[in-house]
Amino acid sequence: MSEDIAIKVRGLTTAYGTHVVHDKLDLDVKRGEILGVIGPSGTGKSVLLRAIVGLKRPETGTVEVFDRNVTDLEGDDLREVQNLWGIMFQDGALFSNLTVRENVMVPMREHTDLPEPLMKQLADQKLRMSGLDDSAGPKFPSDLSGGMRKRAALARALALDPPILFLDEPTAGLDPITAAGFDTLVRELQSALSLTVFLVTHDVDTLVATCDRIAVLGRKKVIATGPIEELRRNDDPWIQDYFCGPRGRAAQAGES
Amino acid sequence: MPDRPEYELSTDASRGRLSVSGDWTVHTIGKISEQLAAEDTSGFEGLEVDCAQLGRLDTAGAFIIDRFACRSGGGTVKPVNASEQATALLKQAAELRPERDDEQNKKEFGVVDLLERTGRATMHFIDETVETLSFLGETIMAMAHIVTRPSKMRWTALVSVMEDSGLDAVPIVAFLSFFVGMVVAFIGATTLSEFGATIFTVELVGIAILREFGVILTAIILAGRTNSAFTAQIGAMRMRQEVDAMTTLGLNPMDVLVVPRAFAMLIMTPVLTLIAILFGVGGGAFVSWLALDINPTVFMNRLQSYVPIENFWVGMSKAPVFGLVVALIGCRQGLMVGGSVQSLGQSTTKSVVQALFSIIVIDALFAVFYLELGI
Repeated sequence: MSEDIAIKVRGLTTAYGTHVVHDKLDLDVKRGEILGVIGPSGTGKSVLLRAIVGLKRPETGTVEVFDRNVTDLEGDDLREVQNLWGIMFQDGALFSNLTVRENVMVPMREHTDLPEPLMKQLADQKLRMSGLDDSAGPKFPSDLSGGMRKRAALARALALDPPILFLDEPTAGLDPITAAGFDTLVRELQSALSLTVFLVTHDVDTLVATCDRIAVLGRKKVIATGPIEELRRNDDPWIQDYFCGPRGRAAQAGES
Repeated sequence: MPDRPEYELSTDASRGRLSVSGDWTVHTIGKISEQLAAEDTSGFEGLEVDCAQLGRLDTAGAFIIDRFACRSGGGTVKPVNASEQATALLKQAAELRPERDDEQNKKEFGVVDLLERTGRATMHFIDETVETLSFLGETIMAMAHIVTRPSKMRWTALVSVMEDSGLDAVPIVAFLSFFVGMVVAFIGATTLSEFGATIFTVELVGIAILREFGVILTAIILAGRTNSAFTAQIGAMRMRQEVDAMTTLGLNPMDVLVVPRAFAMLIMTPVLTLIAILFGVGGGAFVSWLALDINPTVFMNRLQSYVPIENFWVGMSKAPVFGLVVALIGCRQGLMVGGSVQSLGQSTTKSVVQALFSIIVIDALFAVFYLELGI
């Protein structure tokens, strides 16, 4: 059923110069699921994310979001589809010359005609939703801790209530307790707002805690997709190492 | 196309009833939020929200409905005929209410505020001066320490800064001094010719360039060119925590970053000043030759006999001081950069302004000093 697919990637080839990152890659993200994307460093997880949201132009192939082709869009068309997703970059990418609240207001200013006071209140609402205190709003990103910055970045990604959320390494560099809190937050927001989440990560705990399905990148393609139990039975050596190595086993033990 | 959001408000005894229809999303609620905020809600003790006609709802829509409910006393929202998702959103909005309505912190624009800001600015100016002086002391200590133990000097850094800020500045310093020399000679020629005393152009050019313009021009070019570069380099290192890393590795940022720059400027500013003086006098001689028919030999002879050599030494004596000022202010502002991009910009601006200000003030002090000495 095609209407259940939120993001459909077909035959995607991306390259930097002569270095091919993806070769005819296919991937589906179902509506309302959290898809974790894993793979060894350098297999192009982040590049895949960039290709889907239009930051990296693919050589060939198409990306469809809600049955709408979004490859090679420009100008107003691009702005329109950008409303469909919010992106949280790896280290937040908050604008350092704006306060946290203003950061969240940026997409609202750009895409809506809300009155200023309401925008402020909504931004505060989003910050509370992401688990930040009201006192964080007037601060600058440089005054926040790493975990708070990530939450602020999440609030900005959610500013326009997009149906799709892209998270690039949401828990990298966080302590395990903060990371676990973030996992719970993502899970809760996903069910409250019925989001579709595309999550790039290295963190086995995050995968176990949040993801419905996992896609493994390798050899320039998606080598396996499926729920975590299914992947544990996969006999690819890298997948075996990943899930059945010491860290993978610890995460499994924590789950049961 | 999304449907326009609409609502109908009715009262049922003390209970309000809000029937909403259309799409209530962040893209559509701009107009309606103001209408809703203007509604009279006195006498309500609770609010029912009829969602039978509701199209799409997102957190922004839920937020303004909940905010409305907050105002209408009681503060509870009772969704009626709502889908599961709408109920969840309204519930979430109610859980995330702000603890208090944010009071607008207004800016004061009165006389008191003016006085307050003047006071703050004055105190800030005094603090900056004291801190710059203390940084000067710190730097001189670090430099003295290095002089006694030359093996700790970072020669590569020193030579590299000397090249970047000294050698590479030669063309611009030479070029600008030449033109300033020409301008001084031209002005002298037109004014002095009225008295038939054009030959005094030589003294004018000589004294002006040797004593003031050579060194001031060099210092101003360095303040714009080198000082800002120092701030940006060190500031970027601070932003990326390189300075902190340096400290933890047992390297003193004073020794590694500040001292080589200070020494390099101490050495190169006099050299640049000499070049500025030579080219400035050259520019004056060039104009005198073309416009006043004073040939270069006559110019040089007159310069030697009528312009005392003290003027040259007065000019040169200021050069190392200005060099040190530029290096100090550039490095200090660089080390003051915080974590944000904006603070880097502020520091760079501040450092150029402070350097220019200090150069002019110090030059004036020098003028008074030499006047008292009778040189």
